[in-house]
Amino acid sequence: MSVASVLGDRYAERDSAVHRADARVKLPAALLYILAIACVPEGAWTALALLAAPIAVVAAAARLGPLFILRRTFLALPFVAVAVPLIFTRPGTVAFEVPVLGWHGTHEGLTAVATILARSWLSVTVAVLLTASTPIVETLRALRVLGTPRLLVGTVFFTYRYFDVIGSEAVRMIRARDSRSAALPGRHAGGRVWWRATVVGHMVGSLFARSLDRSERVYAAMQARGFTGELRFLSTPAVRGVEVAVAAAFVLAGFAVVLGDRLA
Amino acid sequence: MTASPIDPSVLALDIEALRYAYPDGTPGLRDVTLRVAQGEKVALIGPNGAGKSTFLLNLNGILRAQSGTVRVLGEALTDASVRSIRGRVGLQFSNPDDQLFSPTVLDDVAYGPLHMGLDRDEVLRRSREALAAVGMADFETRAPHRMSLGQKKRVAIATVLSMGTPIIALDEPTASLDPMSRRELIDLLRALPHTILVATHDLAMVADLLPRTVVLDGGEVIDDRPSEDVLNDAALLYAHGLEPLSAHGHPHA
Repeated sequence: MSVASVLGDRYAERDSAVHRADARVKLPAALLYILAIACVPEGAWTALALLAAPIAVVAAAARLGPLFILRRTFLALPFVAVAVPLIFTRPGTVAFEVPVLGWHGTHEGLTAVATILARSWLSVTVAVLLTASTPIVETLRALRVLGTPRLLVGTVFFTYRYFDVIGSEAVRMIRARDSRSAALPGRHAGGRVWWRATVVGHMVGSLFARSLDRSERVYAAMQARGFTGELRFLSTPAVRGVEVAVAAAFVLAGFAVVLGDRLA
Repeated sequence: MTASPIDPSVLALDIEALRYAYPDGTPGLRDVTLRVAQGEKVALIGPNGAGKSTFLLNLNGILRAQSGTVRVLGEALTDASVRSIRGRVGLQFSNPDDQLFSPTVLDDVAYGPLHMGLDRDEVLRRSREALAAVGMADFETRAPHRMSLGQKKRVAIATVLSMGTPIIALDEPTASLDPMSRRELIDLLRALPHTILVATHDLAMVADLLPRTVVLDGGEVIDDRPSEDVLNDAALLYAHGLEPLSAHGHPHA
């Protein structure tokens, strides 16, 4: 039972040019493209459609099917729910009224929420494409190269590295507890809710204490091997010009769409 | 520690054609069949990844096989019976830190009996009896995470003993123990009247304590004979990631 399979690495191995492309190119390109998406004004449906087209091209090139992408983007969509109240709070012409509650939804509110949904979904799709086509270590290396503080990169790296270890530890603790959670015929098993909650609290505390101990052992072992605070990588190949050119073309196309829409 | 009121002719464990695959599809157990009589002490040996721990986790329904049956003292393991089966098969996990989560030793040993809904006096009586049996009676108020590995392992066994399960399965109980702690643990297990199943790489302990040996490899039962025969079969041992005792200087018991 791997916890990483649920919450960990989002890399989906495929043989494609998108996968082979350098994370130091892909990461800034993805971030800039998301910035372009964020600049699309409310109700600019043509611009949003034009921005979606290159994303579809990259997804196809990376051999990541629409179903795969839909499934992953749905995970992020619940966060968009915070935008929904805008339907009722944005002033404008009334489009409908909620029965009983008497709330008025406006056309302007609907447009605003639909735009936020579309922009969020496109942005999440870009992020999904990046994470699915780039091993997390490569992404972190790119973050470091782009000047992210080493403490931040290190924290993310170790969280990723030990997530599965600590997750498996939790799974084993739960198994050991369940193994001792027996019932006798004719007796109420399980004790009181408060007692069971206390047990869970102790388990969480114990897991935290063990993680702390582990971090000290890991740090000692790393220092023993000369760790000074900077994660080092075996080799850093030069960034290929073709990749930069293609990525730049995508980003420029994105901003051209936004600019074109603003000028039109 | 309580005597079970079950007909002694009923098999402690009756495992039939057990087949288990991990969630990712990797086969863990392939048609494992094993019968263990009450009071038997059986060794489960085999290389790392042979399926020993997976097998033990199937005995009280922590993992559930895709096919095959597990019968414990005549009772089939089902969704309905799993809680009662856990009152009959106690598992000691290889890492005592996974097993001990309470702030004090006594709390931890009391967990099992408390969960079974026993009254306070009975819980205390069982817990103290179990701690005395493993020689840890003076450690009631100590914090488990501050103790040595040998002490933790003994407390972990006490947490199973206090439940009064007639069958105990242990996963590598002697691993990483110093020689004296190991000796004490073996003597403790020898003194227990329980049906005992031990997954281990410690063949000297097998020779000393467990009259019957089951060899597991690739999720399959390779051999099941008196320990003396298995331990003298050098070809068999070498073929399954093990080493005859004479090769590293331990005399046979």
